[in-house]
Amino acid sequence: MSDLMQTVQRISGVNPRKCMKCGKCTASCPAYDEMEYHPHQFVDMVASGRVDELLRSKGIYDCLSCFACVERCPRSVEPAALIEAVRVAVLREQGCNHLKPQQIPQRLDEDLPQQAITAAFRKYSK
Amino acid sequence: MTYSYFPGCTLKTRGKALDHWGRLSMQALGVTLQELPQWQCCGAVYPQAKDEIATRLSAVRALMAARELGQPLVTLCSACHHVIKRVNRDMAEDARIADAVNRYLQPETPYHGETKVLHYLEVLRDEVGFDKLQQQVSHPLRGQKIGGYYGCMLLRPSREMGFDDPENPSILEDFLAALGAEPVKYALRNECCGGYVTVENRAFAADQAQKVLDNAAACGAQALITACPLCLYNLQHGSRGGLPVYYFTELLALALGLKEADE
Repeated sequence: MSDLMQTVQRISGVNPRKCMKCGKCTASCPAYDEMEYHPHQFVDMVASGRVDELLRSKGIYDCLSCFACVERCPRSVEPAALIEAVRVAVLREQGCNHLKPQQIPQRLDEDLPQQAITAAFRKYSK
Repeated sequence: MTYSYFPGCTLKTRGKALDHWGRLSMQALGVTLQELPQWQCCGAVYPQAKDEIATRLSAVRALMAARELGQPLVTLCSACHHVIKRVNRDMAEDARIADAVNRYLQPETPYHGETKVLHYLEVLRDEVGFDKLQQQVSHPLRGQKIGGYYGCMLLRPSREMGFDDPENPSILEDFLAALGAEPVKYALRNECCGGYVTVENRAFAADQAQKVLDNAAACGAQALITACPLCLYNLQHGSRGGLPVYYFTELLALALGLKEADE
């Protein structure tokens, strides 16, 4: 098993080999159109060691963490946890924060709740 | 009955109405919500990474403060509830996380998830009772067709949240019925509003919120209620609009005669 594959499995606590490829996660995913690798493909790519491609994918920032895939997976694979693990593997590298504080003012409006900013920093930055 | 209460950051700022009417209503129902003497932001999202400890600490501090007071911990914001409830489970069931957190915080008595975490709606349903609530309603919302919007955080993952049926929930409909309103069920009531992705990919989040609004309107809803400030924002301000969206505590206060309709 590659180091990266091991890292993603350690961070997520998920064993992607439990997946039976039923596709329920992908069918449930509201971010389906935003993701170049759909949840069931994402799980398969982690299992087969293609983590490099996932690190560079835009979809890791579009997962809503809505947990529909986690709820509906009959094998408790937790695709959302794998996506989060790949994202944090990127963010934890030096200089790889996806959201920088300087970007915040232009994304603010007077109604945006504080929790959105906190959540975005937790998801897109270290 | 007295409960410890964790309001969370947004309820002290942009989401004040959720907190204000929630407190007044519980008071009127004879339930005391005692705000924790000190608390920090819950972190807004549950850290799924198993090796993250720092992002779990503020939730554990709140949970330990409630244990100290010997009270269940009540939250009102869906996101706070989600984070605190899941971190509590980590402390009870994940020995590695609990060990690392306890070694860092060094509490006199190690924390292992002893505090009971309840959402405000669960207190209404299970402690007050919707039948008793109905008896207290002085200004029933007669003839008003309202959709309950659940979103994600209260329901999923259901094996951890234990809040309601994740695919066909009913607590908000039962709540609305107790207030005298006509609850409207619609398919997308447990679909994501777009969440924090509104900060990253606004167009996508807006589409997501619009789907929810359009579906609710097509099913006959004239307004929606939510327990989450971010859901309210995405539905009301992130989308192209459609239906008015209220905090469920605003309607509760209205039905209990604590709030004027035009406020």
